[in-house]
Amino acid sequence: MKLKIASFDFTCCEGCQLQLANGESTLTDFLELLDIRNFRELSSEQYNDYDIALIEGSISRQDEIERLQAIRQQAKTLVAFGTCACFGGVNSLKNKFPLNETLAEVYPEMPVETLLVRKISEVVKVDFSIPGCPVNKEEVERIMVCLATGSLVTLPKHPVCVECKARLNTCLFELGEICLGPITRAGCNAVCTTGKTPCLGCRGPSEEINMPAFVELIRERKLSLDDLQEKIAFYNAFGEFCSHEA
Amino acid sequence: MKRDYTLDIRHLTRVEGHANISISVKNGELVDARWAVVETPRFFEVMVKGLSAERVPFLTSRICGICSISHALASIRALERAMKIAPPNAAEKIRLLAMHGETLQSHALHLFFLVVPDFTGTASILPLIHSHPDLIKAGLLLKELGNEISTVSAGRCTHPVSLVVGGLSKAPEKQQLLQLRTMIEERKPALETACSFFHTLAIPDFQRETEFISLCNGSSYPSIGGDLISTDGVKRNENDYLLMTNEYTHDFSTSKFTRLSRESSAAGALARFNNNCNLLHPKAKEVAESFALQPVCHNPFMNNIAQLIECVHILEDAEELINVLLNMELHEIKTPYVPKAGSATGAVEAPRGILYHHLETNEEGKVVQADCIIPTTQNNANIHNDLKAITKQALKDGKNDREIEKLCEMVVRSYDPCISCSVH
Repeated sequence: MKLKIASFDFTCCEGCQLQLANGESTLTDFLELLDIRNFRELSSEQYNDYDIALIEGSISRQDEIERLQAIRQQAKTLVAFGTCACFGGVNSLKNKFPLNETLAEVYPEMPVETLLVRKISEVVKVDFSIPGCPVNKEEVERIMVCLATGSLVTLPKHPVCVECKARLNTCLFELGEICLGPITRAGCNAVCTTGKTPCLGCRGPSEEINMPAFVELIRERKLSLDDLQEKIAFYNAFGEFCSHEA
Repeated sequence: MKRDYTLDIRHLTRVEGHANISISVKNGELVDARWAVVETPRFFEVMVKGLSAERVPFLTSRICGICSISHALASIRALERAMKIAPPNAAEKIRLLAMHGETLQSHALHLFFLVVPDFTGTASILPLIHSHPDLIKAGLLLKELGNEISTVSAGRCTHPVSLVVGGLSKAPEKQQLLQLRTMIEERKPALETACSFFHTLAIPDFQRETEFISLCNGSSYPSIGGDLISTDGVKRNENDYLLMTNEYTHDFSTSKFTRLSRESSAAGALARFNNNCNLLHPKAKEVAESFALQPVCHNPFMNNIAQLIECVHILEDAEELINVLLNMELHEIKTPYVPKAGSATGAVEAPRGILYHHLETNEEGKVVQADCIIPTTQNNANIHNDLKAITKQALKDGKNDREIEKLCEMVVRSYDPCISCSVH
């Protein structure tokens, strides 16, 4: 049976939804799995009888809270879709600044409403999370197949480091860079480090990370703790470690 | 007929982001027509403050899920100009290739997923998979090609990984470029299929004179950097972007508005065409001729055709760029730099039009001030005015309510608005 699915976006760039229309070579087969009930970006037909709701973005306005609560009432399975939904994402950087100063700088001449950025699970119950900035389409396809066939949905437990090694990349630490690959959940096929760009942890912590040991590694290598702090805080994906005393 | 009519579309579908259209007609006369963006603002200009220069493109690319490469490169250009860094020639060429890939992907998404259903009378692309299989296959082949060009040149299509301040963190392998060249060649027939299909469409006959703004460098079709020009004869330096935009707000819209010589202006594929069509590849010029598209065209619906023509240009130009890159050393791809204080504008032609990032750094290379002006922001006033003009024309032509609604939706979609991007 096809999955009755809906896709909704909140405070975000819509890049994760866009991934649903990527992976063109398997797109028509992928769409055969789905009965798309509500997907404003893609279709003018909108119904409210969906079972699975993909939620993209974080929450930063009162009307978003109300819209999200209504979706929660309808959806049997609510999926936090992408890093903004799972952790707050880059939008959370706004929370470092006083809201009144932020508003005065960007909209000096008109009243605009904004709240501190929250991840989806701070507003409603989340049944499953698919992290990634953006989400990895192959992983999304795999998870949708699991949902359609009723199999157990899981994410990799190991860190990005494992995938990076499998791609035979030179370790970025050897090139003098701080990389969050050792502490970040795999599933992206190490796409950033393969492009010689350090991992910024968009998929959040892998299982059982040892943060003190990781910080010690940075110290031993005499790398910048400020740089570590900037990287850890980038996606707000490391919970209490984001404000880790570096 | 003296009729009353109200149109109230909340969250227009088949566009990127959240915006409303409202039209009010009393006694057969237009009372008000409004384009209101209600998207949630994210405040990137504040979020970027205090961030190291090297991290900035990774943040600003997240302004938009469709044109992330343009945002990364606008920030990179602003920072390189601010800190006086000259990226290696090979890196500049690979960046151009990345821009081509993004524009092709974005145009294909817009034309096939968002626009075509209006002409086929379907709610989405989905029924067309069965009713128009060849057309949809062609659209997907082109969109996939765009994504592949971006992936090879920037490491990933959405939110690029290897575009960095100073150049590139990694260059593509020659083998990948060879495969890409073959893929481009193989997919040219898909573009011919698309062109033949668009020839059969009845493009609405609507004109409203406006001012078209784009980049111009005098030697190639615009992409990264250059002078700022308009069809009303304005020409300014890249750093003078504020004089080109004159941003202002309306309290019904979280996206701002701009103006130049008139009450509104337009950016995007049609603006690029109107200002630079002599610099298109000859094959793209031929296609323009076949659609009888000539500068200065004031029909906003022709923006769709201008996008199609740009796809033709991109396939040809990307092939030529690859040929040049295959004969170059791709080892020198990043210029080392020492962060310093400075400020500059980086302007690029994003798929939807001219995009400005203005960044100021301190001696440590951390951002202290930022300003981003998005193409859709520059189109808001024009969309607003087009809605008024097209409703008036439709009333005069005796169109029924459903026909007016459809025309209004279609004229907005023709701008390919990127709404969440415009409320960054």
